[in-house]
Amino acid sequence: MKSLAELQAIKEKMQNKVNLRASEDDNTVRVVVGMATCGIAAGARPVLNAFLKEIEDRHLGNVICTQTGCIGICQYEPVVEVITPDGTKTTYVKMNEDKVAKVVTEHIVNNKVVQDFTIGAYQK
Amino acid sequence: MKELSLNILDITYNSIKANAEKIEISISESISANLIQIEIKDNGHGMDHELLEKVTDPFVTTRTTRKVGLGIPLFKQSAEDTDGKFSISSKIGEGTAVYASFRLDHLDRAPIGDISSTMVSLIQANDQIHFIYRHSTDSGEFVLDTDDLHAQLGDVPLSEPAVLSWIGEYIKENLEDIQGGKI
Ligand SMILES: Nc1ncnc2c1ncn2[C@@H]1O[C@H](COP(=O)(O)OP(=O)(O)OP(=O)(O)O)[C@@H](O)[C@H]1O
Ligand SMILES: [Mg+2]
Repeated sequence: MKSLAELQAIKEKMQNKVNLRASEDDNTVRVVVGMATCGIAAGARPVLNAFLKEIEDRHLGNVICTQTGCIGICQYEPVVEVITPDGTKTTYVKMNEDKVAKVVTEHIVNNKVVQDFTIGAYQK
Repeated sequence: MKELSLNILDITYNSIKANAEKIEISISESISANLIQIEIKDNGHGMDHELLEKVTDPFVTTRTTRKVGLGIPLFKQSAEDTDGKFSISSKIGEGTAVYASFRLDHLDRAPIGDISSTMVSLIQANDQIHFIYRHSTDSGEFVLDTDDLHAQLGDVPLSEPAVLSWIGEYIKENLEDIQGGKI
Protein backbone atom coordinates (compact mmCIF):
# COMPACT_ATOMS: atom_id res chain seq x y z
CA MET A 1 0.00 0.00 0.00
CA LYS A 2 1.30 3.41 -0.95
CA SER A 3 2.03 5.82 1.86
CA LEU A 4 2.31 9.59 1.76
CA ALA A 5 5.94 9.28 2.83
CA GLU A 6 6.76 8.01 -0.67
CA LEU A 7 6.34 11.60 -1.84
CA GLN A 8 9.56 12.39 0.00
CA ALA A 9 11.43 10.20 -2.47
CA ILE A 10 9.79 11.95 -5.42
CA LYS A 11 10.68 15.28 -3.86
CA GLU A 12 14.33 14.35 -3.49
CA LYS A 13 14.51 13.11 -7.07
CA MET A 14 12.96 16.36 -8.28
CA GLN A 15 15.29 18.54 -6.29
CA ASN A 16 18.29 16.80 -7.79
CA LYS A 17 17.16 17.82 -11.23
CA VAL A 18 18.63 21.21 -12.02
CA ASN A 19 15.76 22.20 -14.19
CA LEU A 20 12.74 21.29 -12.10
CA ARG A 21 9.99 22.03 -14.51
CA ALA A 22 9.98 23.62 -17.89
CA SER A 23 9.81 27.20 -16.88
CA GLU A 24 8.58 28.96 -19.95
CA ASP A 25 11.34 29.60 -22.38
CA ASP A 26 12.02 29.53 -26.12
CA ASN A 27 11.54 25.78 -26.26
CA THR A 28 8.18 25.52 -24.62
CA VAL A 29 5.43 23.62 -26.38
CA ARG A 30 1.99 24.31 -24.97
CA VAL A 31 -0.80 21.77 -25.06
CA VAL A 32 -4.25 23.15 -24.24
CA VAL A 33 -7.11 20.73 -23.64
CA GLY A 34 -10.72 21.96 -23.75
CA MET A 35 -12.46 20.74 -20.58
CA ALA A 36 -15.92 22.35 -20.63
CA THR A 37 -19.06 20.22 -20.30
CA CYS A 38 -19.14 19.52 -24.04
CA GLY A 39 -15.49 18.42 -24.02
CA ILE A 40 -15.84 16.22 -20.94
CA ALA A 41 -18.94 14.51 -22.32
CA ALA A 42 -17.08 13.79 -25.57
CA GLY A 43 -14.06 12.23 -23.84
CA ALA A 44 -11.65 15.05 -22.93
CA ARG A 45 -10.62 13.52 -19.59
CA PRO A 46 -8.83 10.45 -21.04
CA VAL A 47 -7.26 12.73 -23.65
CA LEU A 48 -5.88 15.03 -20.96
CA ASN A 49 -4.65 12.09 -18.90
CA ALA A 50 -3.00 10.52 -21.96
CA PHE A 51 -1.03 13.75 -22.55
CA LEU A 52 0.04 13.83 -18.90
CA LYS A 53 1.19 10.23 -19.12
CA GLU A 54 3.15 10.81 -22.34
CA ILE A 55 4.82 13.88 -20.83
CA GLU A 56 5.84 11.85 -17.82
CA ASP A 57 6.90 8.66 -19.62
CA ARG A 58 8.95 10.48 -22.23
CA HIS A 59 10.31 13.11 -19.87
CA LEU A 60 9.10 15.91 -22.10
CA GLY A 61 10.37 18.67 -19.86
CA ASN A 62 9.60 21.40 -22.41
CA VAL A 63 5.88 20.63 -22.66
CA ILE A 64 3.34 22.49 -20.56
CA CYS A 65 -0.17 21.12 -20.51
CA THR A 66 -3.03 23.37 -19.48
CA GLN A 67 -6.79 23.07 -19.43
CA THR A 68 -9.31 25.54 -20.71
CA GLY A 69 -13.07 25.91 -20.94
CA CYS A 70 -15.12 25.74 -24.11
CA ILE A 71 -13.21 26.64 -27.26
CA GLY A 72 -16.54 27.20 -29.01
CA ILE A 73 -16.58 24.29 -31.45
CA CYS A 74 -18.53 21.77 -29.37
CA GLN A 75 -19.28 19.52 -32.33
CA TYR A 76 -15.54 18.82 -32.71
CA GLU A 77 -14.79 17.96 -29.08
CA PRO A 78 -12.50 16.73 -27.62
CA VAL A 79 -10.43 19.64 -28.91
CA VAL A 80 -6.73 20.15 -28.23
CA GLU A 81 -4.54 23.05 -29.26
CA VAL A 82 -0.81 22.62 -29.68
CA ILE A 83 1.25 25.79 -29.69
CA THR A 84 4.85 25.28 -30.77
CA PRO A 85 7.76 27.56 -29.76
CA ASP A 86 7.45 29.62 -32.97
CA GLY A 87 3.91 30.57 -31.90
CA THR A 88 2.08 28.42 -34.45
CA LYS A 89 -1.21 27.10 -33.13
CA THR A 90 -2.63 23.82 -34.43
CA THR A 91 -6.16 22.81 -33.49
CA TYR A 92 -6.74 19.07 -33.25
CA VAL A 93 -10.33 17.85 -33.12
CA LYS A 94 -12.23 14.71 -32.14
CA MET A 95 -9.23 13.58 -30.15
CA ASN A 96 -8.80 10.26 -28.37
CA GLU A 97 -5.99 8.43 -26.58
CA ASP A 98 -4.57 6.84 -29.74
CA LYS A 99 -4.47 10.17 -31.50
CA VAL A 100 -2.65 11.68 -28.52
CA ALA A 101 0.21 9.18 -28.90
CA LYS A 102 0.55 10.12 -32.56
CA VAL A 103 0.40 13.88 -31.94
CA VAL A 104 3.07 13.56 -29.27
CA THR A 105 5.42 11.50 -31.45
CA GLU A 106 4.95 13.35 -34.72
CA HIS A 107 4.15 16.90 -33.74
CA ILE A 108 5.56 17.54 -30.29
CA VAL A 109 8.70 15.43 -30.61
CA ASN A 110 9.35 15.58 -34.38
CA ASN A 111 7.71 18.92 -35.15
CA LYS A 112 5.51 17.61 -37.95
CA VAL A 113 1.81 18.54 -37.77
CA VAL A 114 -0.57 15.54 -38.01
CA GLN A 115 -2.72 17.09 -40.72
CA ASP A 116 -5.36 14.33 -40.69
CA PHE A 117 -6.41 15.20 -37.13
CA THR A 118 -6.61 18.97 -37.57
CA ILE A 119 -9.80 20.93 -37.75
CA GLY A 120 -8.93 21.81 -41.36
CA ALA A 121 -9.09 18.14 -42.35
CA TYR A 122 -12.54 17.75 -40.77
CA GLN A 123 -14.02 20.89 -42.28
CA LYS A 124 -13.25 19.84 -45.83
CA MET B 1 -22.41 11.72 -18.96
CA LYS B 2 -21.20 8.12 -19.00
CA GLU B 3 -19.84 8.26 -15.45
CA LEU B 4 -20.77 10.18 -12.32
CA SER B 5 -17.07 10.95 -11.98
CA LEU B 6 -17.37 12.99 -15.20
CA ASN B 7 -20.24 15.02 -13.72
CA ILE B 8 -18.09 15.59 -10.65
CA LEU B 9 -15.23 16.81 -12.83
CA ASP B 10 -17.53 19.15 -14.72
CA ILE B 11 -19.28 20.57 -11.65
CA THR B 12 -15.96 21.10 -9.90
CA TYR B 13 -14.68 23.15 -12.84
CA ASN B 14 -17.48 25.58 -12.04
CA SER B 15 -15.92 25.94 -8.57
CA ILE B 16 -12.49 26.52 -10.09
CA LYS B 17 -13.96 29.12 -12.45
CA ALA B 18 -15.53 30.81 -9.42
CA ASN B 19 -11.99 31.27 -8.02
CA ALA B 20 -12.46 28.89 -5.13
CA GLU B 21 -9.41 28.39 -2.95
CA LYS B 22 -10.84 25.39 -1.18
CA ILE B 23 -13.02 22.67 -2.71
CA GLU B 24 -14.45 19.70 -0.86
CA ILE B 25 -15.64 16.72 -2.86
CA SER B 26 -17.51 14.10 -0.89
CA ILE B 27 -18.79 10.83 -2.23
CA SER B 28 -20.62 8.27 -0.22
CA GLU B 29 -21.80 5.01 -1.66
CA SER B 30 -23.72 2.50 0.36
CA ILE B 31 -25.06 -0.75 -0.96
CA SER B 32 -26.89 -1.37 2.31
CA ALA B 33 -28.64 2.00 2.05
CA ASN B 34 -29.03 1.61 -1.73
CA LEU B 35 -27.75 5.16 -2.10
CA ILE B 36 -24.97 7.22 -3.63
CA GLN B 37 -24.50 10.79 -2.43
CA ILE B 38 -22.21 13.37 -3.96
CA GLU B 39 -21.45 16.84 -2.67
CA ILE B 40 -19.16 19.48 -4.13
CA LYS B 41 -18.63 22.48 -1.90
CA ASP B 42 -16.48 25.50 -2.65
CA ASN B 43 -15.57 28.87 -1.20
CA GLY B 44 -15.64 30.65 -4.56
CA HIS B 45 -17.44 33.88 -5.43
CA GLY B 46 -20.89 32.33 -5.28
CA MET B 47 -24.08 33.26 -7.10
CA ASP B 48 -26.76 35.79 -6.34
CA HIS B 49 -30.30 34.72 -5.71
CA GLU B 50 -31.48 35.44 -9.21
CA LEU B 51 -28.79 33.39 -10.95
CA LEU B 52 -29.14 30.57 -8.43
CA GLU B 53 -32.85 30.28 -9.21
CA LYS B 54 -32.05 29.91 -12.88
CA VAL B 55 -28.96 27.70 -13.08
CA THR B 56 -30.83 24.42 -13.16
CA ASP B 57 -32.55 25.63 -16.31
CA PRO B 58 -30.49 24.55 -19.34
CA PHE B 59 -30.76 27.98 -20.95
CA VAL B 60 -28.68 29.84 -18.42
CA THR B 61 -24.96 30.39 -18.57
CA THR B 62 -22.61 33.30 -17.96
CA ARG B 63 -20.38 31.97 -20.67
CA THR B 64 -20.06 33.88 -23.90
CA THR B 65 -19.17 31.11 -26.36
CA ARG B 66 -22.66 29.61 -26.28
CA LYS B 67 -25.95 30.45 -24.70
CA VAL B 68 -26.77 27.26 -22.88
CA GLY B 69 -25.14 26.15 -19.63
CA LEU B 70 -25.24 22.39 -19.48
CA GLY B 71 -23.23 21.25 -16.50
CA ILE B 72 -25.71 21.78 -13.68
CA PRO B 73 -28.85 20.72 -15.59
CA LEU B 74 -27.13 17.49 -16.66
CA PHE B 75 -26.08 16.63 -13.12
CA LYS B 76 -29.54 17.40 -11.79
CA GLN B 77 -31.20 15.28 -14.42
CA SER B 78 -28.88 12.34 -13.88
CA ALA B 79 -29.86 12.34 -10.19
CA GLU B 80 -33.58 12.78 -10.77
CA ASP B 81 -33.59 10.05 -13.43
CA THR B 82 -32.68 7.59 -10.66
CA ASP B 83 -35.32 8.87 -8.21
CA GLY B 84 -32.53 10.79 -6.48
CA LYS B 85 -32.45 14.36 -5.22
CA PHE B 86 -30.58 17.44 -6.32
CA SER B 87 -29.95 20.70 -4.55
CA ILE B 88 -27.73 23.69 -4.88
CA SER B 89 -27.11 26.51 -2.44
CA SER B 90 -24.92 29.52 -2.85
CA LYS B 91 -24.08 32.82 -1.27
CA ILE B 92 -22.24 35.71 -2.88
CA GLY B 93 -18.75 35.98 -1.42
CA GLU B 94 -19.10 32.73 0.54
CA GLY B 95 -19.37 29.90 -1.89
CA THR B 96 -21.53 27.22 -3.39
CA ALA B 97 -22.57 23.69 -2.50
CA VAL B 98 -24.01 21.25 -5.01
CA TYR B 99 -25.59 18.02 -3.79
CA ALA B 100 -26.95 15.06 -5.72
CA SER B 101 -28.14 11.65 -4.64
CA PHE B 102 -28.80 8.53 -6.68
CA ARG B 103 -30.72 5.35 -6.08
CA LEU B 104 -27.91 2.86 -6.36
CA ASP B 105 -29.85 0.02 -7.95
CA HIS B 106 -31.72 2.18 -10.46
CA LEU B 107 -31.29 0.97 -14.04
CA ASP B 108 -30.58 4.46 -15.35
CA ARG B 109 -27.81 5.22 -12.88
CA ALA B 110 -24.40 5.78 -14.44
CA PRO B 111 -21.44 4.05 -12.78
CA ILE B 112 -19.28 6.13 -10.45
CA GLY B 113 -16.39 5.54 -12.82
CA ASP B 114 -12.81 6.70 -12.74
CA ILE B 115 -12.61 9.05 -9.76
CA SER B 116 -8.84 8.82 -9.74
CA SER B 117 -8.62 10.42 -13.22
CA THR B 118 -11.12 13.06 -12.18
CA MET B 119 -9.02 14.05 -9.15
CA VAL B 120 -5.78 14.05 -11.14
CA SER B 121 -7.40 16.27 -13.80
CA LEU B 122 -8.68 18.71 -11.16
CA ILE B 123 -5.37 18.95 -9.34
CA GLN B 124 -3.60 19.43 -12.67
CA ALA B 125 -6.05 22.19 -13.58
CA ASN B 126 -5.03 24.21 -10.55
CA ASP B 127 -2.52 22.85 -8.08
CA GLN B 128 -2.89 25.85 -5.78
CA ILE B 129 -6.41 24.92 -4.76
CA HIS B 130 -6.89 23.13 -1.48
CA PHE B 131 -8.82 19.98 -2.40
CA ILE B 132 -10.32 17.66 0.15
CA TYR B 133 -11.73 14.49 -1.34
CA ARG B 134 -13.65 12.12 0.90
CA HIS B 135 -14.99 8.79 -0.22
CA SER B 136 -16.90 6.45 2.03
CA THR B 137 -18.35 3.01 1.47
CA ASP B 138 -19.93 0.36 3.67
CA SER B 139 -16.42 -0.86 4.45
CA GLY B 140 -14.57 2.35 5.25
CA GLU B 141 -13.53 5.86 4.37
CA PHE B 142 -10.66 7.36 2.39
CA VAL B 143 -9.66 11.01 2.58
CA LEU B 144 -7.21 12.82 0.33
CA ASP B 145 -6.28 16.31 1.51
CA THR B 146 -3.89 18.17 -0.79
CA ASP B 147 -2.46 19.99 2.25
CA ASP B 148 -1.06 16.64 3.40
CA LEU B 149 0.59 16.20 0.00
CA HIS B 150 2.14 19.69 0.13
CA ALA B 151 3.46 18.92 3.60
CA GLN B 152 5.46 16.02 2.14
CA LEU B 153 6.48 17.72 -1.09
CA GLY B 154 7.58 21.15 0.07
CA ASP B 155 8.28 23.27 -3.01
CA VAL B 156 7.62 20.51 -5.53
CA PRO B 157 4.30 21.33 -7.19
CA LEU B 158 1.43 18.84 -7.28
CA SER B 159 1.22 19.37 -11.05
CA GLU B 160 4.65 17.76 -11.54
CA PRO B 161 3.91 14.74 -13.81
CA ALA B 162 5.56 12.22 -11.48
CA VAL B 163 3.53 13.56 -8.56
CA LEU B 164 0.27 13.48 -10.50
CA SER B 165 0.72 9.87 -11.52
CA TRP B 166 1.61 8.96 -7.94
CA ILE B 167 -1.61 10.64 -6.74
CA GLY B 168 -3.60 8.69 -9.33
CA GLU B 169 -2.20 5.38 -8.13
CA TYR B 170 -2.59 6.35 -4.49
CA ILE B 171 -6.29 7.05 -4.96
CA LYS B 172 -6.82 3.81 -6.89
CA GLU B 173 -5.15 1.72 -4.19
CA ASN B 174 -7.07 3.35 -1.38
CA LEU B 175 -10.40 3.00 -3.17
CA GLU B 176 -9.62 -0.63 -3.81
CA ASP B 177 -9.04 -1.00 -0.09
CA ILE B 178 -12.52 0.27 0.80
CA GLN B 179 -14.12 -1.36 -2.25
CA GLY B 180 -14.98 2.11 -3.52
CA GLY B 181 -15.87 3.33 -6.98
CA LYS B 182 -16.70 -0.12 -8.30
CA ILE B 183 -20.39 0.35 -8.76
N1 LIG C 1 -19.67 26.80 -8.01
C1 LIG C 1 -20.10 27.91 -8.61
N2 LIG C 1 -19.78 29.15 -8.16
C2 LIG C 1 -20.24 30.26 -8.78
N3 LIG C 1 -21.01 30.26 -9.88
C3 LIG C 1 -21.36 29.07 -10.39
C4 LIG C 1 -20.94 27.83 -9.79
N4 LIG C 1 -21.47 26.81 -10.52
C5 LIG C 1 -22.16 27.38 -11.51
N5 LIG C 1 -22.12 28.73 -11.46
C6 LIG C 1 -22.78 29.65 -12.40
O1 LIG C 1 -23.83 28.95 -13.04
C7 LIG C 1 -23.66 28.99 -14.46
C8 LIG C 1 -24.15 27.70 -15.08
O2 LIG C 1 -23.26 26.60 -14.77
P1 LIG C 1 -23.24 25.34 -15.72
O3 LIG C 1 -22.15 24.43 -15.26
O4 LIG C 1 -24.61 24.75 -15.79
O5 LIG C 1 -22.93 25.90 -17.16
P2 LIG C 1 -21.58 26.63 -17.61
O6 LIG C 1 -20.45 26.29 -16.69
O7 LIG C 1 -21.89 28.07 -17.82
O8 LIG C 1 -21.30 25.97 -19.01
P3 LIG C 1 -20.93 24.41 -19.27
O9 LIG C 1 -22.07 23.89 -20.07
O10 LIG C 1 -19.64 24.35 -19.97
O11 LIG C 1 -20.84 23.75 -17.92
C9 LIG C 1 -22.18 29.26 -14.67
O12 LIG C 1 -21.95 29.93 -15.88
C10 LIG C 1 -21.84 30.13 -13.46
O13 LIG C 1 -22.17 31.48 -13.71
MG1 LIG D 1 -20.09 24.27 -16.02
